[in-house]
Amino acid sequence: MSFIRLEPRGQASKTMVYVTPLLAVALTLLSGFILFLAMGFDPLKALYSFFVAPVTSVRGVGELVVKATPLVLCAVGLAIGFRANVWNIGAEGQLTLGAITGGGLALAFYGEGGWWLLPMMVVGGAVGGAVWAAVPAFLRLRFNASEILTSLMLNYVALLLLNYLVHGPFRDPDGFAFPESRLFEADATLPVLWAGTRVHLGALFALLAVAGGWLLIARTFIGFQIKVIGLTPAAAGYAGFDQKRIVWLTLLLSGALAGIAGMGEVAGPIGQVTAGISPGYGYTAIIVAFLGRLHPVGILLAALLMALSFIGGEAAQIAMGLPKAITGVFQGMLLFFLLASDVLIRYRVRFGARRAAA
Amino acid sequence: MPSHAETSPTDAPPPRLELRGITKRFPGCLANDHVDLVLQPGEIHALLGENGAGKSTLVKMIYGVLHPDSGSMLWQGVETVVPDPAGARRLGIGMVFQHFSLFDTLTVTENIALGLDGAGPMDQLADRIRTVSERYGLALDPGRHVFHLSVGERQRVEIVRCLLQDPKLLIMDEPTSVLTPQEAAKLFETLRVLAAEGCTILYISHKLEEIRALCSRATVLRAGKVVGAADPRQETARSLAEMMMGAELSIPERPPQGAAGAARLSVRHLSTTSDNPFATNLKDVSFEVRAGEILGIAGVAGNGQAELMAALSGEALLADAGSVVIEGVSAGQMGPRARRGLGLAFVPEERLGRGAVPELSLSENALLSGYAREPLVRGGMVHFARARAYAETIIRGFNVVAHGHRAEARSLSGGNLQKFIIGREILQKPKLLVVGQPTWGVDAGAAAAIHKALIDLARSGAAVLVISQDLDELFVLSDRISVLFHGRLSDSRPTHETTVERIGLLMGGLFGTPPDEDGEITRAV
Repeated sequence: MSFIRLEPRGQASKTMVYVTPLLAVALTLLSGFILFLAMGFDPLKALYSFFVAPVTSVRGVGELVVKATPLVLCAVGLAIGFRANVWNIGAEGQLTLGAITGGGLALAFYGEGGWWLLPMMVVGGAVGGAVWAAVPAFLRLRFNASEILTSLMLNYVALLLLNYLVHGPFRDPDGFAFPESRLFEADATLPVLWAGTRVHLGALFALLAVAGGWLLIARTFIGFQIKVIGLTPAAAGYAGFDQKRIVWLTLLLSGALAGIAGMGEVAGPIGQVTAGISPGYGYTAIIVAFLGRLHPVGILLAALLMALSFIGGEAAQIAMGLPKAITGVFQGMLLFFLLASDVLIRYRVRFGARRAAA
Repeated sequence: MPSHAETSPTDAPPPRLELRGITKRFPGCLANDHVDLVLQPGEIHALLGENGAGKSTLVKMIYGVLHPDSGSMLWQGVETVVPDPAGARRLGIGMVFQHFSLFDTLTVTENIALGLDGAGPMDQLADRIRTVSERYGLALDPGRHVFHLSVGERQRVEIVRCLLQDPKLLIMDEPTSVLTPQEAAKLFETLRVLAAEGCTILYISHKLEEIRALCSRATVLRAGKVVGAADPRQETARSLAEMMMGAELSIPERPPQGAAGAARLSVRHLSTTSDNPFATNLKDVSFEVRAGEILGIAGVAGNGQAELMAALSGEALLADAGSVVIEGVSAGQMGPRARRGLGLAFVPEERLGRGAVPELSLSENALLSGYAREPLVRGGMVHFARARAYAETIIRGFNVVAHGHRAEARSLSGGNLQKFIIGREILQKPKLLVVGQPTWGVDAGAAAAIHKALIDLARSGAAVLVISQDLDELFVLSDRISVLFHGRLSDSRPTHETTVERIGLLMGGLFGTPPDEDGEITRAV
């Protein structure tokens, strides 16, 4: 018999469900403290430069919002799917496709745009992401292929497609063969909402996604069906909820939102199509979705936190000369502590073998 | 503490098992409150109580699955702590659970070896299985695969597994709920032989007639406390039920059926094929249920009930749309939602996990099927106030004991959850109600309420189809009875023209026998 055992607790505490994300953040900070100490940095100074200094200026807060925007858009869509046991891991690829289709429209109408171009790019980005997400939906429903694997694999396909395009058809004819497109014209660029920062219209889309996501989850009958399918598929079958429809709906929706996020990046802070449009927003969004307890408002907060880890990582590289991997380390620790405390809400740890038979 | 005439003087052998002041508390509920229980060698002792009275908690503590918070347990006069089920087996305590834990694709011997501490070589084990099964009249072929076995045979595997360890105390939890009357009669013979050899049997069942026939003593639990002891042979089923409930039992009367109305459900030549090798295909099943009547379908589980339920509910679509006709509309290719639109309501056998979502509140569970015929959804948005009101109506109308509409479905006892589900379906004023196992594992009070609700529904003009393994229930409820065996359905017979024995034989597969030549088979009791 093993020495450490997990015993199920009778009932998971409701408060703990909300306390554990905070606990995970606290443990991440503590581990970061120890990590910096071990690396020979002044831990308080390092943590300050990582988590506080970046948001002491208006520009810094703006950057936080800029990074949080694609995270929120992707994570809200993912969370709705996760609630229905639809495990879309492909937000990164869907985001990339949105950037390709949205950006492609900007390039196609270069020099002949108008007020209509930007709305068309939004729709184009959404369609691009949705089409990319439709592939795993089709494969799951037709061949029972796990969408976890198919959506993940399509991320790499999307990235290669982007690389091909920026080296070929999308390349700026006057760009000295750099793998970058032309800079978008004003007609194809999302307007800045907050002067002095790069916060763009996409932030408003993200807030709309939070509100819409909440409405869908909490108030609509579709949201109720998603909940039942996620909790008890047999009961959904009994009630007559169409599970295929929900798989399509959640994958197309999360693909469309990720696509809008990708379009927002190329038409927003980046302003052109390049090979590096995302530092892994689509993957980080998975952490954001869980950290936010699959709830849109929780996702908004979690996205701001994860955005901070992106810009904090950059700031710490500059200020302290920390390695680039530090961002990933902090994101990984956060997810690890969150999952670990989730286990501990549901189970208690018992040490030592069971009492010997009498 | 109840007085026992048999309380032994100091020089007599000690009781096999004595529980003193056993208390077990779960968060928010006192499952066992100072329970005393004395089991003598060689007696068949019934443990009675409604759902949630604390029976399972108590036997789980005896078997070492749970541990008491306080109180002591004396095994043959010696104070003992049972650390886990393996420890219980070493002491000589065996338990046959209501739900079997067998692997379909393994043989009888392999299954038994898996659950046996120190099983030894397989061929020796097979010999021992053969010896034990012959000795106790439990015919069993050690080499057969479990998926070939009937439910009764599967139970024998579990019993033989216990008997191989020479138990001194055998705990049986609802052993006959899956058996035909003839199989049950056989089981009782085995149990009597065992008891005569000195083995103590602790018997849990809701079937009070069985208890009266089999047990010499009964301990009654209510709300975690021992509220009485009785000699079941001196009691009636009714007095035992009332002792359990602490209230008077009203048994529903089935008023004579009026003229049968139009067919609300017609099943015509329904056959199914399944990819699942363990499924039972339906073969040319035809029947009708008319307005105002209750048709009962008897049969041992695994003879096609699940497939029939799925074909009727719309969870499985049929190749031939005309093989299921609801209210004159060919519905074979309609999903559950469309069939509900035609007037079908449906109570699945599996309450928690199909009929209700365990983690959701009662108002959300009211919405689960209520959306189809109640105005709970408007323009794609859930009308939560109406769902709450609907849940409250169900809770009031069907006396569901729950902490209001916010209570999670899993917090309800089996009987109360079933009352809620049946209420949810009946209040939708269905034209046709299909019910699987309406009172499986439900206590007498709730069962009587459910039976009354079904009879009232039929008499108000709906057609009701009840699929059940419980013959007593079918004889209370049904106007006509058919039997499902190996996917085939027998012709129906009016209930008053048939007997439990005859239906029991059909459940065992004796379809070919002309009905009037059925021999005189004594009933299970």
